[in-house]
Amino acid sequence: MDASTEELLIVTIARLLHGCRHVAVGALSPIPGSAALLARRQSGGRMRVSVLGSRQWSPWSNGGVELFDCAGQGRMDAFFLSGGQIDGQANVNLVGVGDYPTQQVRWSGSFGSAYLYFVVPKVILFREEHSRRTLVEKVDFISAPGSSPANVYRPGGPYALITSRCLFHFDKHRARFRLTSVHPGHEVAEVRDNTGFDFDLPEAVPVTAEPDPGTLALLRGEIAGQVADPYPQFAERLFGVPAAGRAAAP
Amino acid sequence: MDAALIAGSVQELVAAIPDGALLCVPRDGSGVAMAATRALLRGGVGNLHLLAVPSSGIQADLLIGAGRVAVVEAAGITLGEYGLAPAFNRAVRGARVRLLDATCPAIHASLQAAEKGLPFMPLRGLIGSDLVRHRPDWRQIDNPFGQDDPIVLLPACRPDISLFHAALADRQGNVWVGRDRECMTMAHAAKTTLVTVEEIVEFDLMADARYAPGTLPGLYVERIAVASRGAWPLGLTDRYPPDGEHLRLYARAAASEEGFARYLEEQVHGRRAAAE
Repeated sequence: MDASTEELLIVTIARLLHGCRHVAVGALSPIPGSAALLARRQSGGRMRVSVLGSRQWSPWSNGGVELFDCAGQGRMDAFFLSGGQIDGQANVNLVGVGDYPTQQVRWSGSFGSAYLYFVVPKVILFREEHSRRTLVEKVDFISAPGSSPANVYRPGGPYALITSRCLFHFDKHRARFRLTSVHPGHEVAEVRDNTGFDFDLPEAVPVTAEPDPGTLALLRGEIAGQVADPYPQFAERLFGVPAAGRAAAP
Repeated sequence: MDAALIAGSVQELVAAIPDGALLCVPRDGSGVAMAATRALLRGGVGNLHLLAVPSSGIQADLLIGAGRVAVVEAAGITLGEYGLAPAFNRAVRGARVRLLDATCPAIHASLQAAEKGLPFMPLRGLIGSDLVRHRPDWRQIDNPFGQDDPIVLLPACRPDISLFHAALADRQGNVWVGRDRECMTMAHAAKTTLVTVEEIVEFDLMADARYAPGTLPGLYVERIAVASRGAWPLGLTDRYPPDGEHLRLYARAAASEEGFARYLEEQVHGRRAAAE
């Protein structure tokens, strides 16, 4: 029962979430969402998971405002951000490529990044595509900066960056990424070739731990059923959960 | 009083929206007035300043693609799981719209300032984001209650018109928005609020404790029109889901100028106002 790349990512992200009281995930983020639901199960249900836009997994009754107020108060421990571009200082670009505003490649926009990146302690950057196109030396537009001057109020910020090739942690003091591990089947040289920014690394880079059989069984069973509520297409494709077999809310 | 409050048609309702209006609309799934948007497109209104709370999808894309929008103020314009917003992206490339890129809580905070009658609202975060560089209306100050603590101030935003769709209204003009409470903030902040609803109920929403907390008092509501399935092809919270097949059809059509024009002809101009 070899783990797929998606399963490896889910289990690896779940490890990063251990100890969090409240984790929030976006409506279009099935891998981080699955990781949060797995971590919740591994916490014995103590961790609270909020999936934005999901009726069953969303705790808010005051529209979109409450999410930000709740994060601003420090009631949210972890959140996920992605980016069309992410650079070596963990700056995130969700706006577009080229000179703003007349950009030839325009993405959706910054959404909550310019706020949540500052106030959520553990922001995990997740970008499956690991290439010089996505991981760049310098972003074309800073939706949210990776670090701030010492006098700027910032209890939160980038914690780790996970891609289809490897896992980095962010060193706040050096404002640089440090390679933590490469995923099975991938090489440090390959990571370097496909990364547009310079990063630190230990002398010997470990391989990302594969999921143990117990965790994998849990993921493919109980968790797959929960994932099908907010992410039905993903659950069907990855775990073969038919749309009718969705689990009830806990 | 009924005739003044409850418009005879959606077309009649949107006639109150003038050229150049600052038009405030909610995010997908939270009461987007799509029937009213089609009615707007059948009329001649243009030069709009569109404010999305805090993001928009097909509604913004249609208005922008049809050339009705001069300024786009939003934290995101996207069709979500159906992809990027094609007409918006073309307008950006062609410099046909002025962008006021924002972040979600900044939009909420500016409206909250307006609903409290305050001139501005401070917001954490933001410092060092390029959003601030491109928003001359946002200002950084030193927190007067702290020491060496920079913080950004956002001016109050008072929309000319807030336009949204809700499930229920009563004959006093009270509108039940349920969970979609950002629509209440939008209405509190705006000079004029126009609402389409699925149905008019014959009881007082404010008198029923189950409805009252999710009800926008008629005090804030200028006019209402009935539009059954008025959020279609988007969904309405607790009522109906989005029409994925249609949204996919739109995404494919809008990928080209020609396809967009055809969609507009068939799905907007081709649908008779009476059918909305």
